[in-house]
Amino acid sequence: MMNTADQYVKAIYLLQEMENGPAATGALADMMEVSPASANEMIGKLESRGLAEHEKYKGVTLTDEGIVRARDALQTYCIIERFLSNVLDVEEFRAEARDLEPVIDGMIAERLDTIIDRNSECPDCFDPETDACEYLDVCGAEPETETEVAD
Amino acid sequence: MSVGYQVTSDHQLARLLQIGIVLEEVVEARAYHHHEELGEDALDEEVRALLSHAAEESADHRERLEAVIDRLEVDSVPFEEIEALVEAQYGQTKPEDFDGVLYDQLCNEETAYKFYDDVIEAIEASDAQFSIDREELVATLSAIREEEAEGVEEVTRIMEDRE
Repeated sequence: MMNTADQYVKAIYLLQEMENGPAATGALADMMEVSPASANEMIGKLESRGLAEHEKYKGVTLTDEGIVRARDALQTYCIIERFLSNVLDVEEFRAEARDLEPVIDGMIAERLDTIIDRNSECPDCFDPETDACEYLDVCGAEPETETEVAD
Repeated sequence: MSVGYQVTSDHQLARLLQIGIVLEEVVEARAYHHHEELGEDALDEEVRALLSHAAEESADHRERLEAVIDRLEVDSVPFEEIEALVEAQYGQTKPEDFDGVLYDQLCNEETAYKFYDDVIEAIEASDAQFSIDREELVATLSAIREEEAEGVEEVTRIMEDRE
């Protein structure tokens, strides 16, 4: 099973991308839907495992190792979203992907990946604002359609 | 403290089992295509038997998972479409060499084992009521998991014999 640390590093990674700098603890807590105290506790654990660095008043930044972990986790998440949306036609694919993420191991995602057409840029094509791959609706069945992101 | 994942509804359970069905479809399709593409001559009897057993077992697992989903209170899922999709994808795979076939089989069995193991753990961690009896559910999934474990041992044995 995917552990909670992987979900945190993924969230930090996305926040860093969005903010173009360290991820604020409050923003991380919001994204993970936990209390700031819980987020802080996990940040401490990530630091001790060498996955992240925390600077007071600035926020948390992933180490190189943390970035690798985050990108792997993000890729697994992309596979799950794409699989739910394109293969199983699940409308609420974002919510379901979040539900399933902890139980779908990277190894299992790799198998699911063999029947979806994922973009080679993955996971750079993941858009944290929409919580989905920016090519999600374009890849696969209808390659000519433009996606429009609703505000 | 890490919080374990829990399956909390018929819907979630059905979705996980549906993923299991897809994984089994993938195993079946891969075994079938390896057999087809490499041809009878390239594979000896032991490996041919392994592949056909794997394909049969996956079909059986799929049926057992479908039977569970049928008893859950969820909308039916389009199995035929999934089958067609997997088939279309594997129709394009290139032949692999002989080691590749065994290695792939090992990977299939290990992945399936891990999947059922995680799902069982997630069911056991939850106290949700499902439309199907929990003990029966866990027994069904444990039996499938056990067969995957046997599969891992079988492929490992064949690989070791050939080293």
